Amino acid sequence: MYAAHAHDQAHGDHAHSPGGIMRWITTTNHKDIGTLYLWFSFTMLMVGGVLAIGIRAELFQPGLQFWRPEFFNELTTMHGLIMVFGAIMPAFVGFANWQIPMMIGAPDMAFARMNNWSFWLLPPAACLLVGSFFVPGGATAAGWTLYAPLSTQMGPGMDLAIFALHIMGASSIMGAINIITTILNMRAPGMDLMKMPLFVWTWLITAYLLIAVMPVLAGAVTMVLTDRHFGTNFFNAAGGGDPVLFQHIFWFFGHPEVYIMILPAFGIISQVIPAFARKPLFGYASMVYALASIAILSFIVWAHHMFTVGMPAAGQLFFMFATMLIAVPTGVKVFNWIATMWKGSMTFEAPMLFACGFIFVFSMGGFTGLMLAIPPVDIQVQDTYYVVAHFHYVLVAGSLFAIFAGAYFWIPKWTGHMYDETLGKWHFWLSLIFFNITFFPMHFLGLAGMPRRIPDYALQFADFNMVASFGGFGFGLTQLIFLAAVIKCIRGGEKAPDKPWEGADTLEWTLPSPPPYHSFETPPVVK
Amino acid sequence: MVNQAQLNLLTLRKLLIVAAAMFGFGYALVPFYQKICEVTGVNNVIKADEVANTQIDVARFVTIEFDSNLRSHLPWTFRPLQTNVRVHPGELTTVSYEIRNNSARTVTGQAIPSYGPQVAGRYFRKLDCFCFTQQTLQPGEVRQMPVAFVVDQGLPGDVNTITLSYTFFEVEGTAKQAGG
Repeated sequence: MYAAHAHDQAHGDHAHSPGGIMRWITTTNHKDIGTLYLWFSFTMLMVGGVLAIGIRAELFQPGLQFWRPEFFNELTTMHGLIMVFGAIMPAFVGFANWQIPMMIGAPDMAFARMNNWSFWLLPPAACLLVGSFFVPGGATAAGWTLYAPLSTQMGPGMDLAIFALHIMGASSIMGAINIITTILNMRAPGMDLMKMPLFVWTWLITAYLLIAVMPVLAGAVTMVLTDRHFGTNFFNAAGGGDPVLFQHIFWFFGHPEVYIMILPAFGIISQVIPAFARKPLFGYASMVYALASIAILSFIVWAHHMFTVGMPAAGQLFFMFATMLIAVPTGVKVFNWIATMWKGSMTFEAPMLFACGFIFVFSMGGFTGLMLAIPPVDIQVQDTYYVVAHFHYVLVAGSLFAIFAGAYFWIPKWTGHMYDETLGKWHFWLSLIFFNITFFPMHFLGLAGMPRRIPDYALQFADFNMVASFGGFGFGLTQLIFLAAVIKCIRGGEKAPDKPWEGADTLEWTLPSPPPYHSFETPPVVK
Repeated sequence: MVNQAQLNLLTLRKLLIVAAAMFGFGYALVPFYQKICEVTGVNNVIKADEVANTQIDVARFVTIEFDSNLRSHLPWTFRPLQTNVRVHPGELTTVSYEIRNNSARTVTGQAIPSYGPQVAGRYFRKLDCFCFTQQTLQPGEVRQMPVAFVVDQGLPGDVNTITLSYTFFEVEGTAKQAGG
């Protein structure tokens, strides 16, 4: 009996845990849950990507080719909702689950059972969202911002989207509570806050943002729901409500949400660059203060999303200057990353390529953001493809590239195998090139006045749209290389050493690759 | 480890309170927003304006066009009794709109004005308007209602035409002022 159990001992004391599918449904292990989050996120990335290809196919040529205009609106709306709430946010929570306990020397997340719930709420929410395409009237077509009065008038698809947001919001809040508790209470002895890896810092601040604003979103969509069905008039002008109020509440959530999607990306980049520059991160303390300033400022800039609602000039000035102020801590971060690379002995494996790509392309998105912060410019390009270009530069080339950087960086640790470097390099270069082919022309389209969320366009926009569509199809297909690289890495490949990256110095690299099912049951001591 | 678990539960409780408070904060934004609008005078479209200066600028004409809309299922007819008037800035003018209830039930409606161009709204002062109160019509009832207004002399020089557009919304029995 002892001999038979020897194998199981290697997996810790979980000899009695169920196998097969039940292992994944009942798991409370942070590594399993991290894996589930990452696969869920990749699945939703594919779903959202298919919707995006539907959009680009329609816009390939002027005129209506494939879809009714109503269905086109459903495509843009659901693409946004699925990518934001289904792909980007869960991916970062997946990273948090895998990495935070290992990086701070904790045995698991603080509330393992709640961790299981917060993941398993997501698939039903995703089913509600995707399933809403098949109810009468189709999915919600109010845009991902769900502005009233459109959202108070749509069919039952809107109700499904509201419930999905409620569920995803609950999941995010539970995840955030778990992460904060883990970070605050379960660090290894000797790891004080200012010794934490920067990825852990970014997640601590992100989790606070989540707790602060996800309930506000829940409130906003609840108001929409009661306006629709229970006779309230929060956003109905006839009953004394105001549709502009929805925009204020939504963007009070929405702007911190933007940083919820980018701060963990900053964290990943701040781990990757020192590892491949073989130098410690430049300006650690200033990085932490910059993060905190970005998070605090994010609460007082929301109305820059709504300069055109008829705001007094004083309001426009306030929100303009507050927004521009955010460029200062963001600039500090970009400066520190570049200073970390300065005179480092750099090598360019896939994680570092994605990190460098991130800095280059995210900065471009940051600059267009600064331009949009100027009300006279914003009023000109409001709701045009310039805005679409801007937020895809920060969300795709920002958040998504950082996710890829993190995935290549840590996948040797997770699987115990090195990924295929050739596939990783192809994935990066094709992603970078196709990304720019897709979204760079959109700047010109927007400046020339092409409105977003419209399935047809004037003839003079035809060439750039065709270019963008080619790029979009290419970008979508390129992501299959990533899938291939991941599957290949899981199945086998060169055995990964404990620390495959020479310059990496955080605690997870002291564990074997792959790490044992239960790691750091005796906390390490950090000097 | 008991201490660890207790400490974690304490943190959990604190964070849950923060989350619940932020849910409440979302709702608190509603009266807060209305107060801000009231104090700053933004968005007071259905309250009577005060006119400080009625000096008539006879050298200038502004054309006011009238428009009327009904929101979705309101069973009324709603029209202005004149399509447009030419006025001097500062001149008190009164025009009329007519509503008729075509249904066999008593219906209450609320009119909401809007202006084109948007900037003109700031200079269009309504002294009396049927939009200041809800209108209740018995079956078949017809009502003519006045709008008394003054266009402020400060109206930007490039605005020569203002469109005043009203939309009547049905006020449902259960739907009274729930938004504050």
